[in-house]
Amino acid sequence: MLAQQLTNGVLLGSTYALFALGFTLMFGVLRVVNLTYGFYFSAGAFVALFLTRNVGWPIWAALPAAAVAVGAIAVVLDWLLLARLRRINAPELSSLMVTLGAVLALYAGMTAWLGPDIRRLPAEVLGGEAMIFGPLRITNAQILVLIATGVMVTALLALMRLTPIGLALRAMAENPDAAGLMGINTGRLAALVSFICGTLAGAGGVLIGLNFNAIQPYMGEAMMLRGFVVIIIGGLGDIRGALIAGVLLGVIEVLTAGYVSSGLKEAVAFAILVVVLWTRPSGLFGRTQIRRA
Amino acid sequence: MNRSHFLAGAAAIIAAAAFPTLAAAQVQIGAIEILSGPAAAYGIAIKAGLDLALDEINQKGVLGGQKIVLTVEDSAGNKDQAINAARKLIGRDKVVLVIGPTLSNEMFAVGPVTNERKIPTVGTSTTAAGITEIGPYIWRTSLPEADVVPVTFKKAQSRGVKTIALMYANDDAFSKSGFDVMKAAAEKLGLKILTIETFGSKDTDFSAQITKIKGLKPDAIGISALVEPVSGVVLQARSLGIPKETLLLGGNGSNSPKLGEIAGAAADGMLVGSPWFIAKPDAMNTGFVTAFTAKYNKAPDQFAAQAYDTMKIVAQTIDRAGAADSEKINAVLGKIDFNGVMGPFKFTAGRDPASSDGVVVLEMRGGKFGIAQ
Repeated sequence: MLAQQLTNGVLLGSTYALFALGFTLMFGVLRVVNLTYGFYFSAGAFVALFLTRNVGWPIWAALPAAAVAVGAIAVVLDWLLLARLRRINAPELSSLMVTLGAVLALYAGMTAWLGPDIRRLPAEVLGGEAMIFGPLRITNAQILVLIATGVMVTALLALMRLTPIGLALRAMAENPDAAGLMGINTGRLAALVSFICGTLAGAGGVLIGLNFNAIQPYMGEAMMLRGFVVIIIGGLGDIRGALIAGVLLGVIEVLTAGYVSSGLKEAVAFAILVVVLWTRPSGLFGRTQIRRA
Repeated sequence: MNRSHFLAGAAAIIAAAAFPTLAAAQVQIGAIEILSGPAAAYGIAIKAGLDLALDEINQKGVLGGQKIVLTVEDSAGNKDQAINAARKLIGRDKVVLVIGPTLSNEMFAVGPVTNERKIPTVGTSTTAAGITEIGPYIWRTSLPEADVVPVTFKKAQSRGVKTIALMYANDDAFSKSGFDVMKAAAEKLGLKILTIETFGSKDTDFSAQITKIKGLKPDAIGISALVEPVSGVVLQARSLGIPKETLLLGGNGSNSPKLGEIAGAAADGMLVGSPWFIAKPDAMNTGFVTAFTAKYNKAPDQFAAQAYDTMKIVAQTIDRAGAADSEKINAVLGKIDFNGVMGPFKFTAGRDPASSDGVVVLEMRGGKFGIAQ
């Protein structure tokens, strides 16, 4: 049973990490806590729902299409809500408040349009019985989540470390003004970051919707709190930290529910957040005063 | 029409309006239901059930041919508006009995008012605990959940269930009270409760709890929550390898077609109790479903069925009381022995439904509910 519980924990943690990746990247480079991120997540799931159910696309086509569509939505929202604030160097709190207001309006609008009911992707898009490995049972959707999380983390790290764009992004994370003076088009980079984050969130929404069969407009909001915990424990802006913290949180929640009490699972998870921040204010893997991306 | 005829006609209309007692004697009763706002679906279904029953009753009338006149007031789901409606019905319309209101919390507001005025008040959809304790004039025909769940559990026991695991959403009063009922029912039937697991009603991952339950190998799992988390639990239970032989048992929250839509074949075999089911085969029920569908062009739901029976119970009571008199009606209500679309019906001394014989245990098959064999 322990093996299955650890697997459950890693799988749950991967969904947290998957959600947190783009969120932490956005903070790392753009220095904004963009709360519309949760909406990208819901939007991705609904685009995939529409493509698979109404248009009849297979999941391997609907997943990237939804991701790109949400990337485009993210660019537009960033331009509408945040570009102006960046230009006038508004304090971080204003971007937080603007995106908070926007995301509540977006969720409410989406609920008014699509209704509050939960839906699921058609069972046949990635159905099939769970696979059995010795004492373990894993579904196709869960394997897809694991693979996608791995691929996204690797691709993101490669982009940041190995490419000129990554260098420019890191420069911008370090000091946007200096980066601008060095000839980096920070406006265009901001749009690129928004696109990447939107894509990650959109893909995350599809995969988690596929995994948990609970697609509804507020699904992003439900993930947001865990997303916050993960990026704070992992160190704001730290991609590897988000992965490790996500998996850690998932495993702790599952083990608490499995061996202590299911009623205490959240109490334990959030108590850990408090303890981590108390002892390491920059997060478990964050280093003080160093901006990472 | 010449002038003198016109005047005579007008005079007759004015006379009829000014002196309603000059017309044939009628029995005035009132109802307070939610006809507008987000919960209007319940009140509209109830009104439809009342109206259909009234059509049938008024073909013969009560008390030797008097017609029942039903005035339905809209509460909009608002307690103050419900109280005003009650005052209006009692003061202006001189009703001898009130049906409704729709929600339990409206009844907690209206009940004390009508009880003080000694007007018998019959709830058709109020399932909370403590409703009839408001006073000796407050009745209800709707079965509380505490009467439905034990029937489901008894059915499970008859299929050989001896041990059970219970799961419920611990952040929602409805799910918690459903769980309390499940726990009491399991204890009363002597089922061994192996574990009690909780989750949040917005949770989507239940793998830890289900894996733990799987290790304990219970004969059945009882789940008390709204239909969304129940669907998630059911899907994950099957993918984590809870065998088909383990019976899944649902409470009131699982009594929704949404369960089949989301969980699909994973929910097959799940048992859920319901006070009424559209496909109940007895003649009384099929007649009601046919008449309702013909009148409204849509199928009745549980709320319409409860309202339909209640109106019939009220008519029978007025007949037996021998007069349109609140005090006499209140005295006779407790003696009523009725058989309706919900099954046999009587009141307890506490003015609640006496029997849960009408409860139907439903079983999921291929994403749809059918009657469990």
